[in-house]
Amino acid sequence: MARAAVLGRLTWRAATVSAVRRESATARTLTLDVPGWPGHLPGQHVDLRLTAEDGYTATRAYSLASAAEGMRIKVTVEQVPDGEVSPYLTTQAAPGDRMEIRGPVGGWFVWRPDQPGPVQLVGGGSGVVPLMAMIRGRSGSGAEVPMRLLYSVRDPAAVLYGDELAAAADRGVRVDVVYTRDAPPGWSRPPGRIDHRLLADVTVAPAERPTCYVCGPTAFVETVAELLVRVGHDPSRIRTERFGPSGGRR
Amino acid sequence: MTLSSPPNQPDPLSGRLDGNAAAGQLREIFAVDLTAAVGCCSGCGRTGAIGEAHCYGPAPGIVLRCTGCDGVLLRIVTTDDRVWLDMRGLSILQLSLRG
Repeated sequence: MARAAVLGRLTWRAATVSAVRRESATARTLTLDVPGWPGHLPGQHVDLRLTAEDGYTATRAYSLASAAEGMRIKVTVEQVPDGEVSPYLTTQAAPGDRMEIRGPVGGWFVWRPDQPGPVQLVGGGSGVVPLMAMIRGRSGSGAEVPMRLLYSVRDPAAVLYGDELAAAADRGVRVDVVYTRDAPPGWSRPPGRIDHRLLADVTVAPAERPTCYVCGPTAFVETVAELLVRVGHDPSRIRTERFGPSGGRR
Repeated sequence: MTLSSPPNQPDPLSGRLDGNAAAGQLREIFAVDLTAAVGCCSGCGRTGAIGEAHCYGPAPGIVLRCTGCDGVLLRIVTTDDRVWLDMRGLSILQLSLRG
């Protein structure tokens, strides 16, 4: 993956579901075996194509949830009500099922383990998925750069990767969770949206020049990016990726 | 065809995503990733990563617009056997040769 930029045109590869894990009431992680997978960087995504028996195809993009690990990739899919693809992936897809994958794609919203400087991650809803790949990538590579995650989520039941995020805290990744609708009893902060005070309190100080990665629904991303600039972060060090409907609205 | 946004349809409130959502389609045509490329808007002269551009789509194609002036930077329409690409809104595209 060292020469990720110069790979030639991408084509579709066959993929087989090897494992399924439920992450929340509405989200599942699919582990896919993809022969010939060239590896990827945290933050990249794949296009996933399903073909019906009558030949009809549907394609969607999903962020990779895993750090690179051989020919095996993971995507976490949140169900979209009335969605065409996600209900299948979140309720029916089972080990042995086949689909097609095009990727990895995207070179902008990526974190490279050898990238210098601290990292601030801000995720809204299922926007945490590519950020989880970055946390996993840091852990897997032995990188020791400071990394923090601010995770905005509707309520405790919607939290993805809860146990793993708690464990990441033990490995030097600071994780702050803000609940927008319902917080657990006794939680330190009442339910509410991210504001500039919270950002100033819990994010890496602008003076330390972190690279900021913000991922979530469009409105969330644009609000947070503006607030980050307002509390002093360098706009050129803020990278954003907008998801479709997710988190609180899904 | 249907396409394509991470992970699903565009935000119904704004109807748009960003250039990252077009990465897969662009990589079907180009040998390099374009989302990390810096483009210059031929309308207002603003420069920025293609991944940060506003993205509308998917039907009948994907449109990337400048975050400064909302001018069209790039349009791409794909059918089963053909692609139409209109890049007249980009006066310059700067690509890194490093991975």
